[in-house]
Amino acid sequence: MADPVLTFTDRGIYCPAADVFIDPWRPVDRALITHGHADHARPGMARYLATDAAAPVMRHRLGDVAIETTRYGEQRRIGDALISFHPAGHVPGSAQIRVEVGGEVWVASGDYKVEDDGLSEPFEPVRCHAFITECTFGLPVFRWDSQPTVAGQIDDWWRRNAADGRATILGAYALGKAQRLLSAIDASIGPILTHGAVENTNEVLRAQGIALPDTIRVTPDLDPKDHPGALILATPSALGTPWARRFGPASTGFASGWMALRGVRRRRAADRGFVLSDHADWEGLNTAIRETGATRIFATHGYTSIFRRWLDSQGYDAAVVETEYEGESVETQDEA
Amino acid sequence: MKRFTDLFTRLDQTTKTNAKVDALAAYFQDAPETDRLWTIALLSGRRPKRAITTTYLREWAAERASIPLWLFEESYPIVGDLAETIALILPDATRESDNTLTHWIDMVRTLPTLDEAQRKAAILSAWDQLRAKERFVFNKLLTGGFRMGVSQKLMTRALSRATHIPEPDLAHRLMGDWRPETTSFDALIRAPDPETDLSKPYPFYLAYQLDGGPSSLDTSSNDWAAERKWDGIRGQLVLRGGQHFLWSRGEELMTDRFPELARLIDYLPPGTVLDGEVLAWAEDSPMSFNLLQKRIGRKTVPKKLLTEAPVILYAYDLLEWQGEDIRPHPFRDRRARLDDLVAQVPSDAPLRASPLLTFDSWDELAAIREKSRKYNAEGIMLKRWDAPYRDGRKKGDWWKWKVDPLTIDAVMIYAQQGHGRRANLFTDFTFAVWDDDNLVPFTKAYSGLTDAEFRKITAWVRKNTLERYGPVRQVKPEHVFEIAFEGIQESPRHKSGVALRFPRMARWRHDKPLAEANTLNDLKEMLAAYG
Repeated sequence: MADPVLTFTDRGIYCPAADVFIDPWRPVDRALITHGHADHARPGMARYLATDAAAPVMRHRLGDVAIETTRYGEQRRIGDALISFHPAGHVPGSAQIRVEVGGEVWVASGDYKVEDDGLSEPFEPVRCHAFITECTFGLPVFRWDSQPTVAGQIDDWWRRNAADGRATILGAYALGKAQRLLSAIDASIGPILTHGAVENTNEVLRAQGIALPDTIRVTPDLDPKDHPGALILATPSALGTPWARRFGPASTGFASGWMALRGVRRRRAADRGFVLSDHADWEGLNTAIRETGATRIFATHGYTSIFRRWLDSQGYDAAVVETEYEGESVETQDEA
Repeated sequence: MKRFTDLFTRLDQTTKTNAKVDALAAYFQDAPETDRLWTIALLSGRRPKRAITTTYLREWAAERASIPLWLFEESYPIVGDLAETIALILPDATRESDNTLTHWIDMVRTLPTLDEAQRKAAILSAWDQLRAKERFVFNKLLTGGFRMGVSQKLMTRALSRATHIPEPDLAHRLMGDWRPETTSFDALIRAPDPETDLSKPYPFYLAYQLDGGPSSLDTSSNDWAAERKWDGIRGQLVLRGGQHFLWSRGEELMTDRFPELARLIDYLPPGTVLDGEVLAWAEDSPMSFNLLQKRIGRKTVPKKLLTEAPVILYAYDLLEWQGEDIRPHPFRDRRARLDDLVAQVPSDAPLRASPLLTFDSWDELAAIREKSRKYNAEGIMLKRWDAPYRDGRKKGDWWKWKVDPLTIDAVMIYAQQGHGRRANLFTDFTFAVWDDDNLVPFTKAYSGLTDAEFRKITAWVRKNTLERYGPVRQVKPEHVFEIAFEGIQESPRHKSGVALRFPRMARWRHDKPLAEANTLNDLKEMLAAYG
C-alpha cells in the first residue's frame, strides 16, 4: 500500500511524497508554514515556504531565514506532490495547505475561522478526502456573536470610559487579534495607543499594504495625559503590570474566545471580557468540515477527544493526532 | 428580570469592591420591592428550593440544542457550571419578555405542582423568551446554586447605604429564620419586630489568621485572653421563650442534629445566647473531629450514635444575658458572666466553658500551642480582653493562631484539568509516596500553587503525559511537591491506607530529587503519631 498523503511524526505533519513538513515543531529541512504564530512557525528550519502575506511577519519574528513565498491558489509541484495554499481566515496571510498525491487530496488547515473579519483573507472551503482540523473551541457551548456585535460592545465600553475620564486598556494578541480589533472598532471615539509588541506587528502589516487606523506607540516618554479618552491596545501579559498602571484610572478588557466562559473571564481579573476569537466556533468548525466533503478527519489541538467522538457520531472517520499546536491560549503568552 | 440580570452582570464584571457596592446600592434604591427582598434572600443563601432535577434540565437542554446528551455531559465539566452550560448551549430566544425577578421565582416555585410535561413546556417557554444572560440567571434559580461574588458583608453595606440603617443593625436583622415568601421588605428591613423571631441569632464574629505569631501584635500579652482553637462545629445556642435553637456559622439550624443540647433549657434562663464549639466529648476531653463528622450529615440521630459520639457545647462567649444584647461589653465581663452561668449547670450536662489558658509571656503561650494536636485542637485563639463582640470577619480583636500543618514530600503522578475558573489548566493532581520502588498514590490536591505555577505545570503535563485514562493523565514521575495537611486518619478505602484532611500543595520542591520524596512508612509513622 502506498504511503498516506500526510503522516504524523514527532517532528510535525509530514508529506513523504514531497519530503516536506507542515508547521513542524522540531528543525527540519523544508517546512511549509500555515501562519506566523509561534506554535506554527518555529525557528530552526533550513527552508520555509509560506504565503507572501505571511512572510513579512515571519521574517519579523524569526529573523533572517530562508522563506520562499507563494500566492494563494498557486499550485506547485514538490517531489510527487502538488501543493497549494488557501486562505484560512485566521490572521492576515494564514493558509490551509492542500496536498495532492496521485489524485488523493489532504488539507492541513492550521488554525482557521470562517467569519470574514474584514482584515484576513476570508476562509475558503477546499474540497478534499482528508481534512486536518484544529478544534480549539470544539464544544457546542462556543458560539460567537458576529464581529460587528462584539465591536459595538467594545465601542460602548470605550465611549463610557472616555466619558468617565478613565483610560480603556484592551488586551489582545499582538499578531492578528490586535489588528482585527483596530480595524473593527470605531476609531473616531478617541486616540489609540499601542504597546510596542502590537505596534511592531502593525508596522509590518502596514508595510505590506494592510490598512489600519492611526495609532500611537507607547514609549517611555509618552505622557498619558496628552491622550485623554484613549484606547490602549496591549498584549495580554501587559495587563496588570506597571506598564498598564501608568495610564492611571482605567478599565481593563480582554478579547478572546475563552471569554465566553464565565469562570475563565473571572480568572483573568479584567473588568470586561469580550468574546472574540480568531478560531472557528462550534458551528464554524462543523460547517468548515462539512464543506470540505472529506470523509476522514484528524483533530490536532483543542478538545480533540470529544470532537472526534462527535465527528464519529456524524459519520466521519475521525481520529485524534497529538501535536504541539496550542490554539488560542488563555494564558498570557505573547506573539511577538 | 432585566434589571436583576444587569445587576448580576455589573457585579460579575468587576473585581472592585466599591463598584459592587455602588451597583447593589443603586439596585436597592430603584428595583421593585419584592425583587429587592428576593435579591437579599439570594445573596444571603435563601434560595427557592430546587424545583426540578438537573437530569431533566440536561436532557431538555440537549434536546432543544439538537445535540446528543453525552456531548452536553462532556461540555458541562469544562464550563464548570450547569446553569451556564445550558445557557450557552441553547439556541437564541425567539421571543422577548420583560418580567420581574419575582415573576420568574414565582414561576420556579410553581414547578413542583406541575406534571412532567407541563414543567418541560414551562421551562422551554422560559428559555425561549429570555436573553442569554437572563437565561443564565434563570437557570441559576432553577438549579438552586446562586453565588454572585458578593459577601453578606458587602450586601449589608450596600443596603445600609440605600436605607440609611446602620450596618450592624442590618446584619442582625438579616440573620436567622426568615423566608422571602413569608415576609416583606418592610417587615424585614425597615420596621422589624424583635418578637417575631425568637430564634434569631447574632452575626458571628470571625477571627483572622495570625500569620506572624503574636509578637506581631504590638500590644502586651497581658491584653489578651487565650483559649485552644477547637476542631468542632462553631455553634450559637439561642435560648428564648422556653425554646432552644442551635445555629451554625452558615446560618443553618442544627437544633435537631444535636438533641442532647435540649437539656440545657432546664438549667439556663431564657434570654441567653452562647457562642461556642459543638464537640464530640468523652468524659473530660474532646474526641477527634472524625467522630463528630459522623453526626454532621444526619438530620436525625440514631441512639447508637448518640452514645458513641455524644456532643457538648464548649462555650467561649456570652452574647445575650437576661434578654439583653451584651455584645458591646468587654470580653472580660462577658466571659465572667459566662463562667457564672456554666457554674450553675450540673457537671454532666452538655455545656462547659472552654478553659482559658494561663500564660505570662508569648513564649509560654507558644509552648502551649505546640501541644495543640495532643488536645485535638487546631491551635490557639487570641481574644482581646477589652474588645466587644463584633460581627463578621474583622481584624484586630480576635486572632486564630493555628499550629503549623503537617507536611510530606510527594511525587506527582496523575494530573487532570480543572474546570470553571480553571478550565484548560491542569490543577487537580494525585500524589504518591515511595513504597520500595513503587509509587503509591495517597492523596489528591488542587490548591496552593500560584497561577504562574499552574501554567508552568500545565505546559509540563502536556509534554510529559505517559498515558491517558479519560480526563486523567498519568505523567512522568519527576516533580516533588510538599503537601501540607491538617490531619491524618486511617482509611481502608484508600490504597495507601490513610486519608488526609485539607491537603494542599505548600511548595513545589524544585530542589528535591525524586528519590528523596517521603515513603509510605513515613506516612504510617505520622498516622501513628497524629491519627
